[in-house]
Amino acid sequence: MLKLEHISKTFDPGTVNEKKALQTVSLELADGDFAAIVGSNGAGKSTLFGAIAGSFFTDTGRILLDGRDITFEPEFRRSRRIGRLFQDPLRGTAPHMTIEENLALAYLRASGKGHIFSRVSAKEKEFFRQQLAQLGLGLEDRMSQPVGLLSGGQRQALTLLMATLVTPKLLLLDEHTAALDPGTAEKVLELTKRIVEQRKITCLMITHNMQSALALGNRTLMMDSGRIVLDVKGEAREGLSVEDLVRRFHSSTGRALDDDRILLAGEDN
Amino acid sequence: MTVMLLQGAVEQGFVYALVALALYLSYRTLDIADLTTDGSFVLGSAVSAAAAAAGHPAAGILGCFLAGMAAGFVTAFLHTRMKIQAILAGIITMTGLYTVNLWVMGGRADLPLLKVDTIFTLAKTLLGGGELAEQYAELITVALITCLAGVLLTLFLKTRLGLSIRATGDNRDMVAASSIDPAFTITVGLCLANGLTALAGGVLAQYQMSSNLSLGTGVVVIGLASLIIGEVVVRRGGVGRCVAGAILGSVIYRVLMVFALRASANPANLKLISACIVAVAIGWPALADRAKLARRKAAAGKGGQN
Repeated sequence: MLKLEHISKTFDPGTVNEKKALQTVSLELADGDFAAIVGSNGAGKSTLFGAIAGSFFTDTGRILLDGRDITFEPEFRRSRRIGRLFQDPLRGTAPHMTIEENLALAYLRASGKGHIFSRVSAKEKEFFRQQLAQLGLGLEDRMSQPVGLLSGGQRQALTLLMATLVTPKLLLLDEHTAALDPGTAEKVLELTKRIVEQRKITCLMITHNMQSALALGNRTLMMDSGRIVLDVKGEAREGLSVEDLVRRFHSSTGRALDDDRILLAGEDN
Repeated sequence: MTVMLLQGAVEQGFVYALVALALYLSYRTLDIADLTTDGSFVLGSAVSAAAAAAGHPAAGILGCFLAGMAAGFVTAFLHTRMKIQAILAGIITMTGLYTVNLWVMGGRADLPLLKVDTIFTLAKTLLGGGELAEQYAELITVALITCLAGVLLTLFLKTRLGLSIRATGDNRDMVAASSIDPAFTITVGLCLANGLTALAGGVLAQYQMSSNLSLGTGVVVIGLASLIIGEVVVRRGGVGRCVAGAILGSVIYRVLMVFALRASANPANLKLISACIVAVAIGWPALADRAKLARRKAAAGKGGQN
């Protein structure tokens, strides 16, 4: 589904701030793959997402989505087929527009049918209501309220629904539960799992929680210094513990995992 | 006498309501203070007056809308493609428009329409030319134009493109990640807004039977004042509510002006009053915050011995 061929990105080349954020990264995701990515701060996880989503163009390499070369496609065009969620729950929704209008916008743009003057029909509104009801947050009764009145968790759940209302080719989740309180985070993660698995969406998820990196999905990737240093799936992944993961990280990079956040997240589970 | 004055105020209110609608689109929806407004208002009046003088009043109304859209396009191009700040882009276009407007009016600062057909004389003929038609043709015409514009704008803002424009002003972060090209939505929004502003100028020119280069001075402030009065009256809510509020606010503004004039206020003072209304209304939240902080400090000072 997604194929990255030797992509690299260096920020501020030739200056003292030069940062090799991605170093010839190659990755191939099969249809329906749900991969979790872990790695310390500055390992290049978010940069990888930026490259895939088109926030910037890569210096080298090619990016293929569903067989199509999207290396130089601008971000707004790619995003019709790529859903993306950020850590900040306020980023994905328009606060002064109602829940229904937010959903209508996401639906009308992603479905690609109709023309620029098309509006949502009563049937489609009913479809939105059903989808909202499935979130189990009671939002289906608040469709005419502005999104700004919702809590962070509710907004993130709504963003998730907007990103998947029309099944995307690829879903990018950038620590999308990290800014929520533990209970809400759990709930949003559960929703994510259900939607992604039900609809067999190809998905990449950045997390700092080693436990969920091993428990969720079918594949675990680890990044360090702009490279993918570990890629486990299938049998090799089953029975792998957080300690194993830390050890494998050490043996493949020659360094200890130095991110407190990752280690702490590993401990408290 | 008073009834006639009031009717005139309501008629003008409907005309200027088109500017309030334009600012609802550019200022409230796109979050851009578009200073092209002053220029495109005169552009509309110049195009409409010139066309009426040449015997094509209806074409003039259509023409002024298109001319205004072109002006909006220039501002949008300066802002989105040449990365000039929105305010400066508007000022540049407005300044350039001064010369363009002078050209359109044949090099004169004033273009009176004498004994020519306007959309209002056409409307009178259409209504049968009776006494009632004579009395209400203008009111009916301007109300019809403005309400039609309001309804179309409301419907438009619920379409895919309309929703995209609203999201552009509401959350830029979201827009980049949701297949919307902000340069495109800003362009469409500014074109429509300036089309509406020019339409207001065009209707006004045929209404008062003249166009004048200085007609546009302060139009943006008057439009904002109307918009804010409307928001106070109807409270902010959905799109339909806001659009109705903009129209209502403009009518209220004009009626208030009539009372101010009746109280023998100097008309020259009105712009200062409008400016104050806008400054206070927009700055209100900040003023309220300061007052709150001052009270909080005073309270802390009183009980703050420990």
